[in-house]
Amino acid sequence: MSVLVYVENAEGKFKKSTFEVVSYAKAVSGLLNTDLTAISIGDVSQDELSALGKYGASKVLNVTSDKLKTFVIQAYASVISEAAKNEGSDVLILANSFSGKGLAPRLAVKLQAGLADSAVELPTIENNSFSVKKTAFSGKAFAHVELNSKNKIVALNPNSYPLTENLADAKIEDFKPEIKESDLRITVTDVIRATDKIALPDAELVVSAGRGLKGPENWSMVEELAEALGAATACSKPVSDAGWRPHEEHVGQTGIAVSPNLYIAIGISGAIQHLAGVSSSKTIVVINKDPEAPFFKVADYGIVGDAFEVVPKLTEAVKAYKSHS
Amino acid sequence: MKILVCVSNVPDTTTKITFNSDKTQFNTTGVQFILNPYDEIALARAIELSEGGKGTVTIIHVGEASSDPTIRKALAIGADDAVRINAAPRDAYFVSFQIAEYARANDFDLILTGRESIDYNGSQVGAMIGEFLDIPSVSIIKKLEADGNSARIEREIEGGKEVLNVNFPFIASCAEGVAEPKIPNMRGIMSARTKPLEVLEASDIEKVVTFKSYTTPAPRGSVTMLTSDETEKLINLLHTEAKVI
Repeated sequence: MSVLVYVENAEGKFKKSTFEVVSYAKAVSGLLNTDLTAISIGDVSQDELSALGKYGASKVLNVTSDKLKTFVIQAYASVISEAAKNEGSDVLILANSFSGKGLAPRLAVKLQAGLADSAVELPTIENNSFSVKKTAFSGKAFAHVELNSKNKIVALNPNSYPLTENLADAKIEDFKPEIKESDLRITVTDVIRATDKIALPDAELVVSAGRGLKGPENWSMVEELAEALGAATACSKPVSDAGWRPHEEHVGQTGIAVSPNLYIAIGISGAIQHLAGVSSSKTIVVINKDPEAPFFKVADYGIVGDAFEVVPKLTEAVKAYKSHS
Repeated sequence: MKILVCVSNVPDTTTKITFNSDKTQFNTTGVQFILNPYDEIALARAIELSEGGKGTVTIIHVGEASSDPTIRKALAIGADDAVRINAAPRDAYFVSFQIAEYARANDFDLILTGRESIDYNGSQVGAMIGEFLDIPSVSIIKKLEADGNSARIEREIEGGKEVLNVNFPFIASCAEGVAEPKIPNMRGIMSARTKPLEVLEASDIEKVVTFKSYTTPAPRGSVTMLTSDETEKLINLLHTEAKVI
């Protein structure tokens, strides 16, 4: 018996969010007095796989197959499910990423498991109860979900659990399950990933702007601030609705919820739908020329001022700070 | 093409979320319920794909009679008929099982859902139905073009997109970009009243999760206000006080 963690890679590399999931899974395995096994699918180097040991994986199942070079969801779910059965793992942990959101529900059905998605804390385990705190109502609340089934699955939100080193000697084993043809009904023809940009869901720092910027032509100053900080860019709903920015940058109740360390909101008034998507941010900075903007009520730092004046100055201040730190 | 669209009945996006005194239930008093915004996107694409006699669109919802106005709204937007499985939608596993049971008996070419409901945000129902039916599922799609027996789909991934082909039947959960939500016209609203809405009883299934209680985010401390000349001070505070840069 062990806790099983699925470690997602992007072009053969593990991201920080993957190591967060491993750190979290190691802590769960500690609560259950058991070991942690990781399962990786796709072409990942031995060095990269060994790095999982740094965060506590004592065994790594390495699945490589020509059939699994791209994310063929049914086959991935079958492989992970078979590994869970082989390892006798009652608890399976994975990232609440775009791919994780596709996999976890299929695994829940395969394993007849209760699934807690969007987890933000370690489970509370006492007597026979296993419950998980997850975000609900698009960030306006948290739900505490008890998993009643023997098998349990937890999908962890990014930026919710700190990287925790816990050195183990990761033993890497090849795992070669049989892959059914009927699991290969999806053909991935192209993967387009902007490698020079920070993906918003994973970002630790986010610079976001709203209608206060007056038009898409003014976004260069937002991008310059984001670049100086090493932050991802985001926007409010009216901005993506107007086509000023792509939909995937839309943060809020009907867009994505983010949980960065720092969220800088420029020219966003702070409608309840937008605030829902940023409530898990650790620190919020609001820049708005309207002192009555509701966003100031949930901010940690606020500047009342014209974005066109404040943002370039802030960018200069960031550059000055970076140059002598 | 026979299309099934799964819809959820959710609190309006402007709702302030509160719970009953022992924090075990969402307080629905005075709350306006709406058709889940992402499901509106799924429905709009289903209607586009079926237009001109190319297919039919059936709405399915798991919920009690109080959801009927939301189902009628979906019919007014342009679905042909609807099915309501008469049960409280206690969790995604339960809801998916009910929808899968209905879909299995009625042979759909395509099943669409929204990427998530804006209340419990599980993003679970679509892929669970896919697994119950043993058909492919694609989560959080941004584009769907049908081409004969297959579809070309774009799905969101961190920092980019994945393009894929999949043969019908399959299930996909729709995000912004798939279609623009449609506003019902007067003719749609009138005809929705007489379109078929079948009510079926739920099947029993073992309970795997229980929503025990709810909490709300801790209020933030007071805001530190700075002037527009104090950008350097702000950076300094973010470094020394907030420790985020």
